[in-house]
Amino acid sequence: MTERLTLAKAINLGLRRAMERDPKVMVMGEDVGPLGGVFRVTDALQKDFGEDRVVDTPLAESGIVGTAIGLAFAGYRPVCEIQFDGFIFPAFDQITTQLAKVHYRSGGRVQVPVVIRVPYGGGIGAVEHHSESPEALFAHTAGLRVVTPSTPADAFVLIQQAIASPDPVLFFEPKARYWDKGDVDVTADESSLGLLPAGEGVRPEASLLERASVLTRGDDVTIAAYGPTVRTALTAARVAGEEGRSVEVVDLRAISPLDIDTLVASVTRTGRLVVVHEAPTFLGVGAEIAAAVTERCFYSLEAPVQRVGGFHTPYPVANIEEEYLPDLDRVLDAVDTALSY
Amino acid sequence: MITTDTGGETPHVDRHDPSDDPVQLLSPTGERVHHEVYSARADHLDRAALEGFYRDMALTRRFDVEATALQRQGELGLWPPCLGQEAAQVGSARALRPQDFVFPSYREHGVAWVRGLDMRSLLLLYRGREHGGWDAREHNYNVPTLVIGSHALHAAGYAMGIQRDGDVGTGDPDRDRAAVTYFGDGATSQGDVSEAMVFAAAAGAPVVFFCQNNQWAISVPTAKQSRIPLVHRGTGFGIPSVRVDGNDVIASYAVMAEALERAHSGGGPTFIEAVTYRMGAHTTSDDPTRYRSRAEEDMWRQRDPIARLRNHLEQLGTGSDFFDAVEAEADRLGEDARAYCRSLEHPPAESMFDHVYATPHAQVERERAWFRDYKDSFETEVVR
Repeated sequence: MTERLTLAKAINLGLRRAMERDPKVMVMGEDVGPLGGVFRVTDALQKDFGEDRVVDTPLAESGIVGTAIGLAFAGYRPVCEIQFDGFIFPAFDQITTQLAKVHYRSGGRVQVPVVIRVPYGGGIGAVEHHSESPEALFAHTAGLRVVTPSTPADAFVLIQQAIASPDPVLFFEPKARYWDKGDVDVTADESSLGLLPAGEGVRPEASLLERASVLTRGDDVTIAAYGPTVRTALTAARVAGEEGRSVEVVDLRAISPLDIDTLVASVTRTGRLVVVHEAPTFLGVGAEIAAAVTERCFYSLEAPVQRVGGFHTPYPVANIEEEYLPDLDRVLDAVDTALSY
Repeated sequence: MITTDTGGETPHVDRHDPSDDPVQLLSPTGERVHHEVYSARADHLDRAALEGFYRDMALTRRFDVEATALQRQGELGLWPPCLGQEAAQVGSARALRPQDFVFPSYREHGVAWVRGLDMRSLLLLYRGREHGGWDAREHNYNVPTLVIGSHALHAAGYAMGIQRDGDVGTGDPDRDRAAVTYFGDGATSQGDVSEAMVFAAAAGAPVVFFCQNNQWAISVPTAKQSRIPLVHRGTGFGIPSVRVDGNDVIASYAVMAEALERAHSGGGPTFIEAVTYRMGAHTTSDDPTRYRSRAEEDMWRQRDPIARLRNHLEQLGTGSDFFDAVEAEADRLGEDARAYCRSLEHPPAESMFDHVYATPHAQVERERAWFRDYKDSFETEVVR
């Protein structure tokens, strides 16, 4: 049975299901209790699961992640909410030098199944630090998994699989898409989600944590996007289609690891690749994809890999953010460039 | 329900305004000193128990000195000596229960020993062989984190887990548990230590913050990091706090025993400042002669914690047979550590790819496969 849910509500329902399934799953963060989070993603969870499992923490991001690590040592599965992308940096040390490395440092003896949810991306007219896309910084750190859903259906599955993963997961939520609606299979259960018993993770064949999704088939150009830019990519594919160009859209879903195999399979056929993300292109996810795809299918490429993304500036003021964000025209321009070779 | 409902009011906190005079139960010359509050915590320690403390301290020192020598001889990349801090470490650790969980810094060799760790495991990190070296859950003693103060938050979080498990305030001595974190004076300047105290105080979590103020954060003295005695850092967060003579093994035991009773019974966190002295270098890569005086070192050498307890034991009638036996045992421990250290071989290079993730990760597996092929290509050439 499917229900039409917003992306925010799909995550909320996924959190609820995970908490019902496993009494060790907790939600913790700033204002996640009675308020339900500033985006209401944790709405009503404290009412139903109590203050011990849905914890309004002191206002300290390093403290949130650091205590979550301690809770994981004690056998819990904390899901931390970082209120906005730009507020994650006080926790950067705990995430990159502790959370990411506990399992390695312990010689595989201690797992830290912590999920960190981060509303990210721009386009909502916000003030500074509320519109950033820092995913590459975390994907660059070994030991962390990084995922980002673009649809309510994927969000519902991914959040539950992320919580089930024995590895720490950075879960980036495209905040500009929180109110997008989509059909969600709400009957999905442990078996269909591929959740293994005793915290062993997710069956690989059912896991979305490592797998990209081909959203539209095409022959001329591949557009790789994730999170907030997937909708833009799909629009670009439709518009380009009206002009007689056949565009394949791949939603990466996972940033670490990248599903390079799916991209290589696509680009081997199309010969052209455009990567779209809101984060700055310099040393970004698109740069890694360009290198990896070039290494793997150099002889299939008809054009250099094109990148569309943010500039090497701080996120600009809201009045001009639409010029910074990759929009339909810039994506179509990159498609044209790729086809001009 | 763990969270305290204060009805929106700020809860009253007994600030326990701590004395700046450290708790002392053993004078520098080895006489027992009476303390109104803390003597009762140590009254049951008879001569046999104190001989056990002495043995712990002497063996810790011997191991520590051996490891320092191993570094000087090129067998270890680095070593952080705990020389001079044995009383603070052994005394406090002796008050722990097996089920209490310790998040240490990297200098707590005496705590590791008391927890039952094979001390040789401590060498693995500094030999460059492992980032950790043992199973944290075997002795409820975690591997150290090297970024100063980060682990204080882990202890606070672990204590929040103990609360949720209901293992606090049951009155069952085999069930009630606490988290304990050890760190130094320098760590108190780190935001994470402050945040840990914020979280612990807010939750009333069963955690003990044990700060060994050894006077020096590498080359910077405590006075350049704090305008007040460090013990007041705890009270500022509403955490009962106590200052103890960290070169007094009996007092170190007593204050930790009190803190653990508070934690186990549901009374929440405690902050302890153990005033001691790092008689050696910060690590073997350091040169203390550049920043502190010989006179200061000599003054603290007069307060040697092991000599102090030995004086006391001699007053109680412990004979030279005991001390000779401990010395012989210490020598064997040192020789064994040396032999073990030298026997350690490099792990296989490919092991760098192990345990990055708990479940297979495509990027790591791609790189592991590439590395294996690369290494194999050399072996093929050699065969030719």
